[in-house]
Amino acid sequence: MTAPSRPRVVIVDDHGLFRSGVRSELGGQVEVVGEADDVQPAISMIAERLPDVVLLDVHLPGGGGQMVVTALRAAVPEVRFLALSASDAPEDVIAVVRAGARGYVTKTISGTDLVDAIRRVAAGDAVFSPRLAGFVLDAFAGMPEASQDRPLFDPELDQLTTREREVLRLIARGYTYKEIARELTISIRTVETHVSSVLRKLQLSTRHQLTRWAAERRLT
Amino acid sequence: MAAGLAYRTGFEVTFVRLAIVVTSLFTGGVVAVAYVVAWLLMPAMATDTSIWNQARTDRRGIALAAGLASLIYVLVLAAKAFGAGIFGTVEWPLILCAAGLALIWRNAPPSEQATVRQLAVPLLGLRAGSSRFWIWLRVSVAVVLLLGGADILASGHESLKMLRPLGGAVLVLAAISLLLGPWWLGIARDLVEERRARIRAEERADMAARVHDSVLQTLAMIQRRADQPQQVVQLARAQERELRSWLFDGRAPGSLDGEDMTFAGGVRRIQQEVEAQHEVAVEAVTVGDCDLNDELGALLAAAREATVNAAKWSGADVVSLFAEVEPEAVSLYVRDRGRGFDPSAVPGDRKGLAESIHARMARRGGSATVRSAPGEGTEVSLTMPRSGERQPSRA
Repeated sequence: MTAPSRPRVVIVDDHGLFRSGVRSELGGQVEVVGEADDVQPAISMIAERLPDVVLLDVHLPGGGGQMVVTALRAAVPEVRFLALSASDAPEDVIAVVRAGARGYVTKTISGTDLVDAIRRVAAGDAVFSPRLAGFVLDAFAGMPEASQDRPLFDPELDQLTTREREVLRLIARGYTYKEIARELTISIRTVETHVSSVLRKLQLSTRHQLTRWAAERRLT
Repeated sequence: MAAGLAYRTGFEVTFVRLAIVVTSLFTGGVVAVAYVVAWLLMPAMATDTSIWNQARTDRRGIALAAGLASLIYVLVLAAKAFGAGIFGTVEWPLILCAAGLALIWRNAPPSEQATVRQLAVPLLGLRAGSSRFWIWLRVSVAVVLLLGGADILASGHESLKMLRPLGGAVLVLAAISLLLGPWWLGIARDLVEERRARIRAEERADMAARVHDSVLQTLAMIQRRADQPQQVVQLARAQERELRSWLFDGRAPGSLDGEDMTFAGGVRRIQQEVEAQHEVAVEAVTVGDCDLNDELGALLAAAREATVNAAKWSGADVVSLFAEVEPEAVSLYVRDRGRGFDPSAVPGDRKGLAESIHARMARRGGSATVRSAPGEGTEVSLTMPRSGERQPSRA
């Protein structure tokens, strides 16, 4: 999987100001082929222009960003989604990632980091911000205990391996993939594999706990 | 109708209505009939046709009125057969009123129909969602009960005379609720509406006050300091966090007291205060949460010291804080990508690291590790075992 040197990008965000801000920040490093401000226009534009990466706001007036991902995932699997949000509400973020987004970054991310994240997603990798890593650790925390009364428990999908937890913790601590590789004395490629595997588990796990976790978050 | 009479005679509407009720009681219902007939024949205010003009052409309405009249007649006959003579006195007024009201119901202008419907709403339960079947069932059961009750009352022949006052009381009650019902319902509705409007207004005012205290103040400050980008960024960041914790976590702006109850709240507080006092961004991620105790208080104090150190000396513009609450231990990492230093070269009298971090953690049974090298940033790892009896509020 090689990243195109100038990935084609569609920006979906209901704030015009933010779209133009991102567009100018990305500069010439990516090719912005379209902008949309709501779910329906976004779906038709993405299906028509087939960008490499869609920068997707988690909150859209016509429904969550996950509606865009859900609508397009089967039809145009080659289009990849990177969730972008100012919101900290973990349940919304997890919902978009579970719908099929390849990662999540906060809107306060710097221009360079954003370009880097877009390239990574375009190349098929997962992009975990420290915050998303924290959400995922939280979501998978305490899961093995719940298995006893749940016969459908699938350890393959419903549990993170020790290594995956280590990688997530380092991401949450602010380490880059390179630093993680050095810290754990593994290759960067292996780090990427672990992150992709976590993403897959997050998306495929049918655990009720994962949804219930989101509901509980609101109460604590 | 009463309003029209009041207009013509110059009396209060309520007074006219009361007078009609009282006189109809004394005249054995004759005035009530007159009232209904007048309602039919007199044009309502600001119109030139009477309900009767409409009703004449309403064949189904006339059929309904006739049917209703004969039904009541049969019921009265049946009551008489059982010996319930009380109906005898009001027999004809009752029949005429019922027929007249049926015609009015079908042919009155919309406003008057609404009045009649309001009377019927509590009676029939005509609400969205309740099905016709249940309404009919309810009314039928009520009618059967009513007839049964009347029968039992009437079958005691000796005490029949005592029933007369009761019949009168029932008629008065019916008349009062018929006359004052719409007015009372209207008042109740107005009250509900008014209360809703007041709640909305209060919420708006509360929202406006909070937005003013937080967002608008910050925007004003940002405009004044437009030439100092660092401060603008800092203000915007602090405001963003405050707004977010208000919108998503329900914490009112400016109220930090509730936060200190938990460990994660303590981490958030470090983040906010260090960002406010030093020109760096602090990214805080917490996993899990638990109540604070002395050990965790010490851990937070050490973490604050480490964060302040990173903000002051590292030269990095981002400090990352990561805290994880696990069943056995709580760990916290403070990391920056700044200039770093050689830990072995730090003179022993440097209080910050030795006293504030290492010793503070050691006193409570925890540990602290500092990893740093010139040019590679610094990471302080703090771990505090948890005393066993405390359960995590959310692991």
